[in-house]
Amino acid sequence: MSETDSAQVKRAPAPPAAPRRPAPAGPLAGRWRWVAIALLLAAACYAPFQLVPFHVFQLTMVLVYAVALLGLNLLVGHAGQISLGHGAFFAVGAYTTAILLDHWDGMPYPVTLPLAAGVAFLLGLAFGVPAMRLRGLYLALVTLAMAIFLAPLLKRFEELTGGSMGLTLAKPAPPAWSGLAPDQWLYFLTLVVAVAAFLLAHSLLRSRVGRALHALRDNEIAAEVMGVRLSSYKTLAFAWSAMFAGAAGCVYTWVIGFVSPDSFTVNLSITMLAGLVVGGLGTLFGPLLGALFVMFVPSISQDINDAAPGVIFGLLIIAVMYVAPTGLAGLAERLIKKIPRKE
Amino acid sequence: MAGFLQQVVEGLGAGAIYASLALALVLIYQFTGIVNFAQGELAMFSTYIAWQCVAAGLPFWLALVLTLVVSFAGGMLIERVIIRPVEGAPELTLVIVTVGLFIFVNAAAGWIWTFLIKDFPNPFPGGVLEAGGIHVSISTLGVLGVVAVVMGLLYLLFRYTKIGLGMRAVATNPSSARLVGIRVGWMLALGWGLAATVGAVSGVLVAPVLFLEPNMMGGVLIYAFAAATLGGFDSPLGAVVGGLIVGVAETLAGAYIGVIGSDLKVGVPLVIIVVVLLLRPQGLFGRAVVERA
Repeated sequence: MSETDSAQVKRAPAPPAAPRRPAPAGPLAGRWRWVAIALLLAAACYAPFQLVPFHVFQLTMVLVYAVALLGLNLLVGHAGQISLGHGAFFAVGAYTTAILLDHWDGMPYPVTLPLAAGVAFLLGLAFGVPAMRLRGLYLALVTLAMAIFLAPLLKRFEELTGGSMGLTLAKPAPPAWSGLAPDQWLYFLTLVVAVAAFLLAHSLLRSRVGRALHALRDNEIAAEVMGVRLSSYKTLAFAWSAMFAGAAGCVYTWVIGFVSPDSFTVNLSITMLAGLVVGGLGTLFGPLLGALFVMFVPSISQDINDAAPGVIFGLLIIAVMYVAPTGLAGLAERLIKKIPRKE
Repeated sequence: MAGFLQQVVEGLGAGAIYASLALALVLIYQFTGIVNFAQGELAMFSTYIAWQCVAAGLPFWLALVLTLVVSFAGGMLIERVIIRPVEGAPELTLVIVTVGLFIFVNAAAGWIWTFLIKDFPNPFPGGVLEAGGIHVSISTLGVLGVVAVVMGLLYLLFRYTKIGLGMRAVATNPSSARLVGIRVGWMLALGWGLAATVGAVSGVLVAPVLFLEPNMMGGVLIYAFAAATLGGFDSPLGAVVGGLIVGVAETLAGAYIGVIGSDLKVGVPLVIIVVVLLLRPQGLFGRAVVERA
């Protein structure tokens, strides 16, 4: 095949070596993985009774980010598509909830969750249609432009969104039967959503959908030959991941009780991607570890310097891409495997 | 009519700045196939170096030359140290590494120079020229002139020098270029160095208008992306033409389309990117890429 001037011939991209699910062998596989999850869940249920309200709030936010990163992981880690604008879907979920609660008195707040997730899903679908025609790079561009455009858009439609002042809402109050403090109630609400999101993502990935996404990530052409419809799976991966981000945004509004355009800048999108990369692309625990990072690295390192979180995140992302493409979760898994097992 | 032409002239002034950053993006994409998300931040960092030199008492033009040299070396260093290990990696990895670089450079500038806004000297004299009822500020003309000169110098470099020929060879076919004895690695580093230099020029041009702060280039970057997409990511000429079109389109949309106004202007690059990618993904001047399995 000769190369002509008018059409530069490029080889199809090699199968990405970077994000790959760790092999299901090792001590953290199968039953043990579920034991670990059960222990984690037990600890998660016990924690709010031992911590001061501020720490309970921080843990709640970790769970909120974890749900959003779960969606981002579906798209980036499992389907291999890049999004630099996931903060926008998060914001759409948050604003949908806020507008619903603000404009309809007596709107029961659990109803806002499926609505917010649904709106984000539809928006993801709408953006997924052009996205399926775009190669990775261009998808990153479009999503970045989308994230930048969102804040002025929110400020513009003032009567609906409250403009740059934002909207302030009442937080969900704990019902009398529960006997919980407001912060604990919010925590458990978030925990329920997070567990449901986790189960949903997990079962999605174990089904033929998950296999199709992995195939499409590892080698598009081979996937197409095997009968994976690339366009519909790319679009759907985009929409699902937007749905998770929207659900996370909804819970964010419940927990914070306030939305404003300045909470959802491009930085949020970029921080989310950074957290996920550090936590571990395409891994089970990556989103949770990433969420811990997104929450705690800024609050701890801000004491050193305002710019310290950025410096740490930037260096970590580059380092992770070099030495541990599956992030902290993959690193932990590798370490555990190295421990000699008793026969 | 004069009002319309006035808007066009102002659009061209803004567009020239987008064009210069888009030119830097295209230079890197041509050689390495990487869209450098950190390009704007590198430009911002270079501008801070210039500001530091001026603040230390150097005359402006000497500070500028010094900045360009430092930026060139810095760009080459970044290619050698940070990009080299992931050369040829999947796009996802490349995008994430440049995004990491973006976060790091942005924060590093904030750490060194704080996030307070700094005043940057305007290299061009104030004052306005008038011709046929249209007012053109000297600094707008200066920006357009600088971008034209940069474009011309790049053309001369690529067209008439041996290094330029080598770089074009690497951009066309790296393996064949290596076989005929071109040091491909160094050419790639040279490409990054050139891009960082061109980026530094755009940073210095934009700083007097937007004021110098670590997030200065964030807004410009998205216009530069739109410009590069419109012109074609592998065409330097396309980047400049694209930049000018994006600048004019943005100014006209802000002035004449009531719904958009001045606050929704940032939607213009989003629309341009999406429309171009859907209708003509290779851009106006780009070459279509045929994929071989």
